[in-house]
Amino acid sequence: MNPLGSLGAKPWLQPAQDVPAWGRLPFAPAQVGLAIFMAVVTALFGLLAAAYLMRMTLGDWRPLPEPPILWLNTLALALGSAALQRSSTLLRRGDPARASTAFVAGGGCAGAFLAGQIAAWAQLDALGYFVATNPANTFFYLLTALHGLHLLGGLAAWARTAWHLRSAPGARATRLGVGLCAAYWHFLLVVWLALLALLMADDAGWMPAMHHGAGTG
Amino acid sequence: MAQTAFVDEGLDHEHGHEPQGFIAKYIWSQDHKVIAIQYTLTAIAVGLLALVMSWLMRMQIGFPGSLEMVDQERYYQFVTMHGMIMVIYLLTALFLGGFGNYLIPLMIGARDMVFPYVNMLSYWTYLLSVLVLVASFFVPGGPTGAGWTLYPPQAILPGTPGRDWGIILMLVSLVIFVAAFTMGGLNYITTVLQARTRGMTMMRLPLTVWGIFVATVLGLLAFPALFVSGVMMLLDRLLGTSFFMPAVLSQGEMLEYSGGSPLLFQHLFWFFGHPEVYIVALPGFGIVSDLISTHARKNIFGYRMMVWAILAIGGLSFVVWAHHMYVSGMNPYFGFFFAFTTLIIAIPTAIKVYNWVLTLWRGDIHLTVPMLFSLAFILTFVAGGMSGLFLGNVVVDVPLSDTYFVVAHFHMVMGVAPILVIFGGLYHWYPKVTGRMLNDTLGKIHFWITFLGTYAIFFPMHYLGFVGIPRRYFEFEGIAFIPDSAHLLNEWITIAALVVGAAQFLFLFNLAWSAVRGRPSGANPWRSTTLEWQTPETPPGHGNWGARLPIVYRWAYDFSVPGAAEDYIPQNRPPERDAPGLHGSLRAEGAAP
Ligand code: HEM
Ligand SMILES: [Cu+2]
Repeated sequence: MNPLGSLGAKPWLQPAQDVPAWGRLPFAPAQVGLAIFMAVVTALFGLLAAAYLMRMTLGDWRPLPEPPILWLNTLALALGSAALQRSSTLLRRGDPARASTAFVAGGGCAGAFLAGQIAAWAQLDALGYFVATNPANTFFYLLTALHGLHLLGGLAAWARTAWHLRSAPGARATRLGVGLCAAYWHFLLVVWLALLALLMADDAGWMPAMHHGAGTG
Repeated sequence: MAQTAFVDEGLDHEHGHEPQGFIAKYIWSQDHKVIAIQYTLTAIAVGLLALVMSWLMRMQIGFPGSLEMVDQERYYQFVTMHGMIMVIYLLTALFLGGFGNYLIPLMIGARDMVFPYVNMLSYWTYLLSVLVLVASFFVPGGPTGAGWTLYPPQAILPGTPGRDWGIILMLVSLVIFVAAFTMGGLNYITTVLQARTRGMTMMRLPLTVWGIFVATVLGLLAFPALFVSGVMMLLDRLLGTSFFMPAVLSQGEMLEYSGGSPLLFQHLFWFFGHPEVYIVALPGFGIVSDLISTHARKNIFGYRMMVWAILAIGGLSFVVWAHHMYVSGMNPYFGFFFAFTTLIIAIPTAIKVYNWVLTLWRGDIHLTVPMLFSLAFILTFVAGGMSGLFLGNVVVDVPLSDTYFVVAHFHMVMGVAPILVIFGGLYHWYPKVTGRMLNDTLGKIHFWITFLGTYAIFFPMHYLGFVGIPRRYFEFEGIAFIPDSAHLLNEWITIAALVVGAAQFLFLFNLAWSAVRGRPSGANPWRSTTLEWQTPETPPGHGNWGARLPIVYRWAYDFSVPGAAEDYIPQNRPPERDAPGLHGSLRAEGAAP
């Protein structure tokens, strides 16, 4: 009986000797906690996307050229996600040595992604696309920064799990931790892909508001 | 469905050893009960600050110029800080951080929150947000005076008080608060879902837990909007970006902003702001349900309907936000949509009110202090809700908006009503927290002054609103249409506000005095059914339940069951072997919704 399915129950009629099923979800608390956290982060980026779409239509929007390095970064993030998934699988199969290698690779990829994002900022900055010159620029920096911060937080959890992987590779908590890191990496990959689509969309001509320079500037 | 065994029944290893030493036990504590007390005391402390500011404002309105320190700038700063503190740093923190933390694990039969460390971080992050907020009183220019809605562009334009530093600290503090709330919220939700003891199904949860649970879900989805708007406005202020800032001419100078949309901010803000009303209302609804049932010795009427109503209100509260923006202008079809959903919310809300009344109907009402506060809450909520129906209408809202009618309305529904529940809850659970009763006489004095006093303050304001007296005005000198009677009324309101405020110090004295001198309460002074009253020790010890977790056999409202020896049956009382059919069948008619 899941929590929602139980909403039809009539507790005042249940005989007292009947101890019904708990109705807990078949997941560890940490898994449920992470799922809820991901829902909160989804709300956060969803609202930012809504704001982006609204702000874009106001006339002064001038799309900025996405630096090509973003594709490389996307690749790094995807590889990191795959590596953590691999690590989780290996650990469940009882191969902690190779799981550790894959796990470290996953973190390394995330580090590379962050370095690449900073490089992208530097490139834009060098081209004169400053934070405040146009809302398109501001959104670019804001969205990438917030996404990066979430990944940075993930790296803190990753470091802790990496330590567990060394000290107690067989523990159930370690297996859980690796699985959670992998899930979070996938999630941030999906968020990133969505953000990337949003950032690219404004100069691909998909959106109605793309009359360059229509505003006052 | 597969049952999971993550939380074992015995004393699990994490709770096997109790932290030693004062600091580990009471300062850096991971115990939900200590964290709850920390949250509560901190919230009360900032609340007092907001109370004092309301006095200062009232002095200016009732007796203009009587306090030299209250000039026009200060007045705006007080309005802003008073509103913001009351809504966010007091009510939200107290209901969820305070009551939520204390009651969730105890009421569901858990040893603690599922992530105690994160829970501790949540409190310290909250404290940091409070400190940043308070710091804004000490920076050059003082706190922001932009109104608690912080509407741009004024909020960050020169000429608004606190434009230099105050607004920055305000926004930073809010962003930190959202982080704190998220850490707490993850805990509350996960704990309710995954740490319930055996037999405690979702539909056996006390309504207090339901209210807090759904309010937390609302908070987790709504606070990101505050976070986003806070960060964006910070960028506008600090880096000169133009999210919300249109091109503006300020004091003869063209500012660097251009093209931004203040309306965008309003959407984001109210996407948070309206659910926020229910974030403070739903825990109140839940707590009042439990208090009424206990102190009227009667099962709650229509339990299942109550749960559904809470869920419905929670869902609807996300599709009404733009009713705050009628005067900002919008497409008339949207206006109709938002007016419609706003009125629809009245249905589940009315269901709750009827069910409370029907619970009281022919109950064995004990006029204890918690009961008095609960009854006062119902009255106040109904009165405030009525005026809300007026404001939910676009046509009526337009002339009344920005008058004292609005001030009266929101103080009744989201100021006074939740505060009354908070007092009811504090009087009710204080014996569990300290092992002693609060003084009853002081409690009754406190109740009557607060109850009658708040009516003396806020009822006349409806009239002021009809006359057209605008809100957020520092003075009314020279406004021709304001009759003399309004000035007299304002003096009266101010005196009432001072008296009500003073009565709160009586309550604080009672809190402190009774902790040492109060009558020992025993484990279950109200003869209540829910699990928190069935702990082996009072106050509950580390890990709450001694060696074994309780097992739940029944719902939370077995009061006055026919044929039972006492007029209440605790949730963890096993069924009597000799009377198997007793439970349920006998009472079915009386309770079914
Ligand atoms: C004795 C109790 C209280 C008194 C005397 C009081 C008094 C006031 C006054 C004088 C104002 C400014 C009105 C204006 O100039 O427009 C105000 C505004 C406000 N109050 Fe209270 N208040 C009290 C309790 C509360 C509580 C418990 C809440 C909790 C929700 C609250 C929330 C607000 C809000 C949100 C505003 C609007 C701020 C703004 O316009 O930006 N107040 N109050
Ligand atoms: Cu609203």
